[in-house]
Order: sequence, then C-alpha cells, then structure tokens
Amino acid sequence: MTQPTETAPLLEIKTLTKHFPVYRQGLVRREIGRVRAVDNVSFNLYPGETLGLVGESGCGKTTTGRTILRALTPSSGEVWFNSADTRTNLAGLESKQLKPLRRQMQMIFQDPFSSLNPRMTIGDIVGEPLRIHRMARGAVLRAQVAEMLHRVGLNPEHASRYPHAFSGGQRQRVGIARALVMRPQLVIADEAVSALDVSVQAQIINLLEELQTEFNLTLLFIAHDISVVRHMCDRIAVMYAGKIVELAKTDELFENPCHPYTRLLLSAVPLPDPDKKMHFPAKGQVVDLSRLPTGCAFHPRCIHCKENCRTYTPDLYDHEGRQVACHLYAEQDQF
Amino acid sequence: MEKADTVLDVTQLEVRFRIEEGDLPAVNGVDFSLRRGSTLALVGESGCGKSVTSLAIMRLINPPGRIAGGSIRIQPSGRDTIDITALSEKDDLLYSVRCGMIGMIFQEPMTALSPVHTIGNQICEAILLHCNVNEKTAQERAIAMLDNVGISNAAQRMRQYPHELSGGLRQRVVIAMALAAEPEILIADEPTTALDVTIQAQILQLLKELQQKTGVSILFITHDLGVVAQVADDVAVMYMGRIAEYGPVRNVLKNPRHPYTRALLQSLPALHRRGERLASIPGRVPSLANVPEGCSFHPRCQYAEQKLCDIPPAPQLQQAAEEHSTACLRWQDVFAEKTQ
Repeated sequence: MTQPTETAPLLEIKTLTKHFPVYRQGLVRREIGRVRAVDNVSFNLYPGETLGLVGESGCGKTTTGRTILRALTPSSGEVWFNSADTRTNLAGLESKQLKPLRRQMQMIFQDPFSSLNPRMTIGDIVGEPLRIHRMARGAVLRAQVAEMLHRVGLNPEHASRYPHAFSGGQRQRVGIARALVMRPQLVIADEAVSALDVSVQAQIINLLEELQTEFNLTLLFIAHDISVVRHMCDRIAVMYAGKIVELAKTDELFENPCHPYTRLLLSAVPLPDPDKKMHFPAKGQVVDLSRLPTGCAFHPRCIHCKENCRTYTPDLYDHEGRQVACHLYAEQDQF
Repeated sequence: MEKADTVLDVTQLEVRFRIEEGDLPAVNGVDFSLRRGSTLALVGESGCGKSVTSLAIMRLINPPGRIAGGSIRIQPSGRDTIDITALSEKDDLLYSVRCGMIGMIFQEPMTALSPVHTIGNQICEAILLHCNVNEKTAQERAIAMLDNVGISNAAQRMRQYPHELSGGLRQRVVIAMALAAEPEILIADEPTTALDVTIQAQILQLLKELQQKTGVSILFITHDLGVVAQVADDVAVMYMGRIAEYGPVRNVLKNPRHPYTRALLQSLPALHRRGERLASIPGRVPSLANVPEGCSFHPRCQYAEQKLCDIPPAPQLQQAAEEHSTACLRWQDVFAEKTQ
C-alpha cells in the first residue's frame, strides 16, 4: 500500500479506446452506430498501489479492465506494461507474443458461480495456469496448488472436490488462488466481492489486502460499491459514459469531490447510520452509451450545466493535485 | 409494539421445506408486527429466511415448502382481522388479500413484468381486476399512477414494452402496479438491489413519498444495512430462520444488543478507516440441515459461553430496552462491555 510518488508506473494507459460497432440487421451488414464503451481513457498504475475504478453499470469499467489485459482488442490507444527491464505496449502485440506476459497479469471475476468450470476439480482449476504456462508439473504442481489453497484459507485436502461443493465465499477464494498461483504483478479484480454477503465480503477483502502486501501486488479494483472501494483503494478513478471524469487520492476524493457526478454518486450512498440521511438526487438516469448526448455526457443530469457543456466535451484538467473532466475546472475561467 | 395500530401481525411463523436433506426450517418461529403507516425492515444475509417470510405472507410457498405453524394476521382498516394462514387456497378472501390488501415489489423488475405486454396493459390489468371500473377509467388511472411514480410522458410510456425501459424505470412501473389497487401493505423484496446507487436513491425517495401520500405500510426486505438505516422505522435482524434482534432502527443500529447485529455492522467497510482490517464473522452460515443446538449463532459468536449458548431450546426474544428485544442470552454482558 505505497503511495505513488516518483516510482515508474507499472502500467501506463494512454488514450485507450474501445468501441463496439452496432450493425443493422439484415443481409447487408452496415454499421449504424457505435457503443463508446471506453473513450480516450488515460491513467497510470504504480507498483504496489490499489487503484479503484468506480461508476454505474454500463459506464465502461469492466471493458476498461478487459481491454487492458487484452481479453478484448482495443480500438486504439496504448497500454504500456513495465516489467523488470522491458517496456511493452500490450495494445500492439499479437496473441502469441502476449502469452509470456499473461502470467504477470491475472484477473479475479465477479461471479464465483459462473467463473469456475463445474467439471473441473478446484485443484485442476488452480493448477491450470501453471500447466498452460509450463511452470510446474506433477508433484511440484500439486505442492504449489496445495500451498496456494492453504494460503487463501481453503483446506488443501479438498483439492479433489468440485466447485459445487463450496459456498460463494469459498469459490471466490478459489478464484483468487487461481489468479495468484503464478505470482503475477498485476491483478485486475472485477467486482471481486460484489456477489458476497457482507460478513463473507469482509473476509475476502481482508484476504485480498493481506495477499497484496505479501505478494506486492498491484491491483486495479473495479467495483460499483463506493464504501468497499473507499476501504481498499489508494486512488480512485470515477468513470462516466466511457470516460474518466475524476481521478484523485481516496481521502481527497471523499473529502472534496470536485466533479458534479462524483458528488452525485457519493451523496447517493446509503450510510448505515439513521442520523446521517443521504441526499436524494432528483432526476436523471444512467446514460445510454450508444446514444451519448453531445458535449459533456453528464450534462443532462448536471446541476451546474452551462451552454458550453452542451457543445464541448471537457478535457481532463489538473486541479489541485487531481484530475477532473469538467468545464468548471478549466484553466481559462470560462464561467 | 402496541397491537392497536398494527396492520400486520406475524406470530411464531414456521415455514419448512421437505427435501432430500431433511425437513428444513427456513423460517423457525418468527414474531413481528408492522405498525400502520410505518416501515419495518427484515434484514439478513442470503438464506436467513427473509424472502421466505414475505412469500409466506402472500401464501406463495409452494411444495416442497409449507407453512408449518404460527399465524399471519392482517388488520385492514374498517374490516375484521384476517388470519392468512387459515384461509383455504380457493377462498375469495385470499384472492383479495393477494390482489388488493397487499402489494408486492420484487428484486428484478424484468422478471416481474411480462415482456410481451405493454406497460399500459399490465397496469390496466391490475386496475381492472381490483377496482370496479371500465377500461377508459382504468387507462386514465394507469396514466395517473405512472405519473405518480415519477415517470414522465406517462401516456406515451403506456405503449412501451418493458425492454424499452431502463432498470430504474422498470422498477417504477412495478411499484405503480403494486400500488394500483391501493393496498394497505406493500412488501418490497430487495427492490433496489439490482439498481445503480443513484437510481436506488431515487427509488427509496419515491417509496418514502408514496408512503407519506397514501399511508401505506411497508415491509422492506433487504440485506443492506445502509438501506435499512435510510428507510426503516423498525428493523428485525434475521439469522437462520429466526429473529436475532428487533426494535426501532436507531436503537438497533446504534446500540445493537445482539452479537450478530454487532458483527454485521462491524464488517461494513463504511465504518472502517482505509486499510484497517475489517472485523469479519468467522466461519459461515451453517446449512439448515444441521442447525446448531441452542442459539444458532453460537459457533460463530465471540461471546458464546459453553453450557449456556449451545444448549436447547433456542433462545427466544427477550426485552432489552423499551421496544427493543434480542435473542441473545448474554446480551447484558455483551452490552455492558460495549459501554466501557
């Protein structure tokens, strides 16, 4: 849990974009629109830090994670991955060239029920990455799997059991073991604790934090639950309609949210204290990525909306040590 | 709670499911009452029996499940008390309970709506069934209902199908349908769990406004203690088919008198500083096939005492403060420790 300072970033993401074309149905396939799932996203991820990526459903946070790992091919942009001595642009590599790099970046998925193959034992599931990358076999592999299972709090003797015999929290531990068995540098956790009950969620959050320190992991933590992100992350990037609208250190973001959308999002979180009533936002709904409004995508819901916001998309401005994509913080005082 | 102004009174409700593993007690002796015009939250983790309780109130428990004991009484204003458990499946009264006195909102609005009928048709159907009106009046009333739940261009929306609406709008339609027959009780089973947090806030606000306007009493089922704090007047915390703690929301959340409630609150990230270890509850919820003897929470409880907590019978709710009761045998010790 180190603060990013002068160290070189592990991951540099520059103007990453992923558009999904929408085709007209019929004999002649003609593109009739685009879903701009990730649009011009840039940020750095420093070694050992946890960066939270938050936003409402459909804001592009999962697509961002998948595009970084090259589970999806980006439409444009660069993803620079700096391992020990080499600097590679993941966005430009062929899948064969990617394979040796894949062992350094892993993913933990949301749904512990659909992310584990029901016909494989958990020992096989956790050992599969080692087999694919030919990193271990036979007794060595079994020993490594057993050690990993033990480390995530599962009984290694249960390695021959199938996923259905485990509860949601235990399955999520299997998913974590599978991601960490190759000792990756970068882990992308996509809603890793969202499907769990609160008491189990706390166990998994604690486990992730322990393992992060132990293995010196760099985490990109994608989630919609603001309180979990606040607890886990050093910095937070707030996404809206495929763009980062605010990126700041966790404490600063919560103490003084700058972007009107961040403010809206934070005010809508129900606190477990009957004396702290939340502020209810009035109107508006989650934006449709295939029919984005012109200018700032948030302007139809924004209480500070000015004429400018309807026509010009704001850049990500530097503002008091953070980045905000809002005309309110433009360098030239237009307002 | 005073009986005089209760609209729903559940006593010693027991729902069992007879399956291969045995005759499982999904709800095991639950007591609570819903005060007229107020909101009672049933809160607990998955499998604690909160949804089964709500289904039992609607008499929607199907085999292999059955209501094995207890009573569910509703007290509609200006009418006699009805014991829902005693009604036969063919009774007209059961029909009017289901479709008139109690409305229900489900978690996933897409599955609660028919995908092949327009929004308008579905709401009109509800109104035509419950109220003795002609089609034209029903149409007008449906538009008014949609307007009421904050849907703009209601007349135009009437012609749309559920897939054309966003999740938040769909949930508003479901709420409009549930309230179409002007029920006295609204059961909301995780109504905002599938929604984004900003939309959740809108729906919670809407429910609150509708309650103020119509005086409907709400039984709110959720797993989210944050939502409970925001919407409920009273709260019942459930664990393994029993109520662990019951009382006004401020007392229960601020001064929990049951170790389970306390542990749940302490495992919330919102109440911790960053990086601080969360207090999780060790182990997991046991299977209903082997309910621990005595207090069912004792194997996971840091305050459990041998030969007290692990001896049957299961502890009943006892009064811990005014209107505040707990099913913990050691609540006095636990509570005393907290004030130190």
